Order: sequence, then C-alpha cells, then structure tokens
Amino acid sequence: MYVYDDYDQRIVDQRVTQFRDQTRRYLDGQLTEEQFLPLRLQNGLYVQRLAPMMRIAVPYGLLNSAQLRKLAHITRHYDKGYAHVTTRQNFQLNWPQLEEVPDILEELANVQMHAIQTSGNCIRNTTSDEFAGVARDEIEDPRPYCEIIRQWSTFHPEFAFLPRKFKIAVCGSLEDRATIHSHDIGVELVPNEEGVIGFKVLAGGGLGRTPMIASVITEWIEKRHLLTYLEAILRVYNLHGRRDNKFKARIKILVKAMGVEAFREAVEKEWLTLKDGPSTLPEDAIEQAKSFFTDPAYETIDGSSAEAALAAQAERDPIFGNWLKRNTVEHRIPGYQAVTLSLKRTGDAPGDVSDRQLELIADLADKYSFGQARTTHQQNMVLADVRQQDLYALWQELQAAGLATANIGYLTDIIACPGGDYCSLANAKSLPVAEAIQARFDDLDYIYDLGPLELNISGCMNACGHHHIGQIGILGVDKKGEEFYQVSLGGNQYKDASLGKILGPSFKQDDMPEVIEKILSTYVDLRTEEESFLDTYKRVGITPFKERVYAKAD
Amino acid sequence: MPKLIKGAEIVNDERWKAPQPDAETVSEGVICTLAQWQALDDKAGSAVQLEPGDDVHSLLPHLQEIELIAVNFPVFTDGRGFSYARELRENGYQGELRAVGAFIRDQLHYLSRVGFDAFQLEDESQLEAAIKSLEDFSVHYQASISHPLPLFRRRS
Repeated sequence: MYVYDDYDQRIVDQRVTQFRDQTRRYLDGQLTEEQFLPLRLQNGLYVQRLAPMMRIAVPYGLLNSAQLRKLAHITRHYDKGYAHVTTRQNFQLNWPQLEEVPDILEELANVQMHAIQTSGNCIRNTTSDEFAGVARDEIEDPRPYCEIIRQWSTFHPEFAFLPRKFKIAVCGSLEDRATIHSHDIGVELVPNEEGVIGFKVLAGGGLGRTPMIASVITEWIEKRHLLTYLEAILRVYNLHGRRDNKFKARIKILVKAMGVEAFREAVEKEWLTLKDGPSTLPEDAIEQAKSFFTDPAYETIDGSSAEAALAAQAERDPIFGNWLKRNTVEHRIPGYQAVTLSLKRTGDAPGDVSDRQLELIADLADKYSFGQARTTHQQNMVLADVRQQDLYALWQELQAAGLATANIGYLTDIIACPGGDYCSLANAKSLPVAEAIQARFDDLDYIYDLGPLELNISGCMNACGHHHIGQIGILGVDKKGEEFYQVSLGGNQYKDASLGKILGPSFKQDDMPEVIEKILSTYVDLRTEEESFLDTYKRVGITPFKERVYAKAD
Repeated sequence: MPKLIKGAEIVNDERWKAPQPDAETVSEGVICTLAQWQALDDKAGSAVQLEPGDDVHSLLPHLQEIELIAVNFPVFTDGRGFSYARELRENGYQGELRAVGAFIRDQLHYLSRVGFDAFQLEDESQLEAAIKSLEDFSVHYQASISHPLPLFRRRS
C-alpha cells in the first residue's frame, strides 16, 4: 500500500497545525460559525443531531494493522468505543468533542491518516474496488491511479470551494464493484482498439434528490492525460455549476442542463489549454505510484491440493462450508482467497465495528493477510490475501468476534446510512428498519434461496444509503412530522446500472418487514429456475409487486 | 485608501479606487466593471473587476494591456474566482491580480496558489494576522501558478 514520504507527512502535519489554529480562533470568537463551517467540514467534522460527527478518510478503502489499532484507540479514547464504515469506504465517529478534533487529527497523522476533504464542497475521498489487486476479472489494478488522484485532489487550490460535493470512483475490472455510474466522475481502466489500456471517463452520475446515471464524456484517453482531463471537467463545473440552489448544484444537473454533447465540447475546449501541461503524468510518475501496489510475498502453493483440503473441511463442518461459499471470493493467486468480514450481524447497526473488533481485525490482518485490511462501500471489511489453508482458523476467530455472519451479498447484507438516530438531515430512522428486516429474515436458508439481493436504506433523499441503486431501495420520508418509508425496486449498481422505480405510496415503519416479505414472495412465485430478483423484476415489471403489496385484505 | 497584502507586506493602495458601477464615465484611477471596461476604447493601463458569472474569456485578448484585474468574492464560499485567476495566469496575464470582497484569511494560501498576488480583506484589522496564512503549507501535490511543477515531477 502507499507509504508516506517526508512530503506527505509534512502535508498532513501542517494540516493539523492549521486546523488547530482555526479551531482555537473559532472557540475564541475570531471565526464566525459561517466562516468555520467549510473549514471544519473539509476536516471531516459535521455538527449533527446529538454531537459532532467526524469522518476519517480511508483512501480507496485500504488500511494497515497499525492504522486499525490507532482507530480502535481513537474510538475508545475520544468516542464511545465504536466506528461506522461509510459508503465512501471511510470511518465515521459519532461522538467526538469539537475541542478534541485537532488531537484526533494529530493521532491520525502519526499513522499516515487524515480526515482531509471527507466532507464539504470539495473533491471527496476517491473510492474503488475492495478486491483491487486480487480480483480475477481485473484489467489493471486501479489503486495506483486512485493514489495519483488522491494526491492531486488533496488541497487542490482551484477546487476547494465548488458548487457542491464532488465524488470520484475508479474501476479496473470487468465487473464494476465501485459504482462508477453513480459518481460525479467515474474512471474506468479500459483497453482501446489496439489493446492499450487507458481511461474511459464518465461524468454526471449521482444519487441524492435527483438520481442520474453518469454519461460517457470520453471513451478513451491515454493514461498520461488523466489529471489534465479531470481538471478540465472540474473547471467547467466550478465555473458553470449552479450556486443559487443547493439542490441543483451537483455536476449531474449541469450535464443534464447543457446536454452531454455541449458539456463534452466545453470540457474538450478547456482541456486544450491544460493538455500536455505540467499536470501531464510522465511514465515514471505512474511507475512510482505502481511501485506501492506490488504483490506481497505470496507463497507458491499447489492450488488444486489446497482446494481439495478446503473442500474436505467444508464438508466436515457445513457451517464453515456455508461461510466459505458466501463470504469469500476467489483470488488470482492459487492457494489464496479474499475474505469479507460481515459488519451486518442482526442487532448491530450496519457498518458498525467496535474497538475490540478493530483490534482483532488488525491482529488477523497481521496473522493471515500481510498486515492489511480494506473497507467496502457495502459497509463491510475485507482481508484480501488469506491462504486457503488458514481459512478455517480465521473463520473460527471471526465467528467468536461476531464477524462471520454468512450473508455477504444477500438480503440481510443491508447498506444503511446512520439515519435519524444520528443525522440531523434525516427525515426518518434507518437503523431500526434495517434491524427489523434482518430480524424478520433470520433464516439463512431462506435468504440463500432468494439469491444475491441488495437492499439499501437511506434516511433522507440525500441517499447516503444508496437506496436508488438497491435492487430493493428504502427511503425515509417525512409526512406531516411522521416517519414513513418509500420503497423502490429494480436499482442496479453494476455496469448496466439502473435506478430503482418507486413502488407506490409509502409505509409506516412497523409495516416494513411485511412489505418486504410480500415483495420477496412475489419474486419467489414468479421466478423461473435461474432467475435472480433483478432478472425477474426486469421480465415482469413492477406491476405484480405493486398488486401484491397494495392488495386489500379480503 | 484601502490596505492590501502584497508581497507578504501590508501596503496602501494609492493608485486604484473601487468600481462605481452606476457611473456613466469612469474617472481616472477607478476600477472598471466588466461592462465599463468592455466599452473602453483604449484598454492600455486599465483596471477591471470581475464578478462571479462574468465571462473571463473576454479579457484574454487584452491581457498585455491590463494593469490590474480584481476578482470579487461577494461570498467566500463562491469559488469561481479561483478558476478565473488560474485561467488568467495560464493565458499569460502578468499584471496585478487582486482578490477583493468577503474571502477569509484561511483562503489566502489557496488564493496565492491560483495566481493572486494582492489581497484586499474586508476586515483590515485582520491583515497582519492573515499574512501568516499565506504560508500554511510549505509543500503541495499539484501544479499551480505559484509552483508550476507538481510534486510527482519533483519526486521522480
């Protein structure tokens, strides 16, 4: 993974000094509330319903064990002993004290971490594939380019006061595990006709109040042009994005208003002045970034005998076998497997992880996965490089710590924002709905029979819980002061991305498990043998679901 | 007469007065609005103030003649002025580029990086303390007007 040199360290250290002074001036009354707002936001600090809330950046979801232990310490010392994995692969603290935030930032800087630009109207943490570097369907490892984008976007002086927040994701594989279609900019590593790998660049995707799928701005550019092309897009947005209405300020609204053709033309025109300028990436800069993401010291393992041994273990212990099937994926190196640690145990808020669990994950990473771990945008964690012969021992330790719920990719692997329990923007709570659904569908055989299914919950239309791209999406809405939930079906976060369609009038919280039950039974009744939920939905449309859910009781 | 930060010092601006948008003719020593400036027959030695939303491209053919370009920040969170500055410098503007309006001292470092070299803060009592903010960071990742080589070109 990327390791700071003196330059990187100086940058985060100077940031701590700067923010310490800004906090002091705010507390002394020298900075107004209004002036302090963007400054604290760009250091990850929100002020929320109950307390300040702080987002800590995990660049493209990659962490080492020392960083995990530091996070555990921070949650214990400055917070209530747990953290929350967000859909931008960051960690969120729910109870820090404003006065202590500079100290938290200093602790983070000591392990090469920060909270820079995790909030505010600026370029946010770049996200990527949690299986980057190990996935079998990878065209090229996206992480070196994520790191190049991280550095470029950190304190970019031109783009720190954009019309609105700005999110970039990078995908380097055949399957899109980074939801690039719902980002302000999506970058995809693709070969051109000659087989040379470069970037396809999309813009104008986003969720929130006006969800949109991104448009292709260029089908292919050479790698060296990555940053100048991004700058051209950002400049067009900074100059022309709407600033009169917060709800119409994202780049997606600009792309739609201008039309993709005109937007592309404006970008290409701006690009002419930037192209081949100082931000052009020389080959050695790309090589230098790549040098941080080389293979760890994999052993040469006879894949087929490791597989056979594993199959025997799975047969002896079906509970292990089940976990193996659901929570691990194949690895490009024979004898290895990538493991997802489920943060979706019923009773825990989706994505929450305790200080003890963080420390255990650090230990397990050291023991089994070259000292590294990852966060996922589905709010789980990953150990990406585990020997197959270690999987059984790892599973036992995970099980004891409540991290082995075998539900990855299934109904109860719910994505949910913190919702009305914590967030002052929320119209409704998310967490009790997630828990009620997890409790209702606790029969693993039933959820496996349903097949892979994504259920996403947002407590308001800002859509932090990605409800638009959930195959089943749930949105909290406020109706005359009461919390209601709107359901949508058919969202899809992958390369053939689509947005969910609203089922009909919204429901009370208590009715939600029953509503989900009816949707699922409709699917079970109508599916053909091989059909997933999404397949059936695409074939039969929304009507049969609607009829079942809204049918009057006889 | 307004006080400015220029070259990391506080100076009095004896040369230029704030724009008078309603004046029919622009007096000597007054900064023009963009519309007034466009109407000037002779742009040599002129001074113009850009507002958010103004078309910066209309200045480009005359950059060698203009003596001062002021960029107004009516609210400090409107970041269009940062792009105006960079575009003007990228296109070869060498004269004074002055930030005016409601920007705050915590933005000085970014402002100087995109090419501003004069800063007229609304609250003049803040000037002395604000000078320090110019030096908030001693190293930067990306290319900018003040440091044209990005870190990746200096590292490798």
